[in-house]
Amino acid sequence: MARRALEPVLWLLFSAGGVASALFVPILVLMFGLAFPLGWLSPPSHEHLYGVLRHPLTRLVLFGVFTLSLIHGAHRFRFTLYDGLQIKHLNELINLFCYGGAIVLSIWAGYLLWRMP
Amino acid sequence: MSERTAYTEYHPRWLRRRPSTYWWLERRAYLSFITRELSSIFIAWFVVYLLLLIRAVSRGDASYQQFLAWSRHPVVMVLNVVTLFFVAFHAFTWFNLAPKAMVVHVGRKRLPASLISLSNYGAWVVVTAFVLWLLLGG
Repeated sequence: MARRALEPVLWLLFSAGGVASALFVPILVLMFGLAFPLGWLSPPSHEHLYGVLRHPLTRLVLFGVFTLSLIHGAHRFRFTLYDGLQIKHLNELINLFCYGGAIVLSIWAGYLLWRMP
Repeated sequence: MSERTAYTEYHPRWLRRRPSTYWWLERRAYLSFITRELSSIFIAWFVVYLLLLIRAVSRGDASYQQFLAWSRHPVVMVLNVVTLFFVAFHAFTWFNLAPKAMVVHVGRKRLPASLISLSNYGAWVVVTAFVLWLLLGG
């Protein structure tokens, strides 16, 4: 029963993560994945980026976006494996891998953002 | 439907054909479904990428420059171009679907779907502009 009760929470976090990642991730990919490496725009100086990242609000928002996006990704990937590859018999293992991965990466995100000097 | 079905002697197995593993290639709608599903991997990848960036920035300028050099590596660049495609696909389909998930009433009238989509796209524009301002200006 505990698992049943967890499902709606997971779907809620999935939606929240879907919104967060849709709002924040595309521009960040465009900038840090393409525009800066290709030299379309010059990347921000270390000093500037460090200043932006050090602000408590930036760190809080980033932590929220990262955590929710990871849970969103884990939840969706779980069903990709479930429906796409039809490996339903490995359900427990898939859940452990997906949500476990999201939790481990979230903890890493929290650690990196928290202890930023 | 329960996950494990126990069959008895008197309960015949359902005649249910297992769909092909490649069922998602059969129709466009299925293909766009699986594309959206696969976006999850690329979102996870980019979160890791950003975490590596943050780690590099907090270690100092030399690490940051090292990260920028790594981000110019062809393999990383190709991966990020693919990521951009999947992430944009996720964003567009997500905002288009929003009116179906959010039913907003004002008084006794239901707000039209286009208004809800538009407000989502508006939020996207605002967030994008704000991130750009933080990174490039300010």
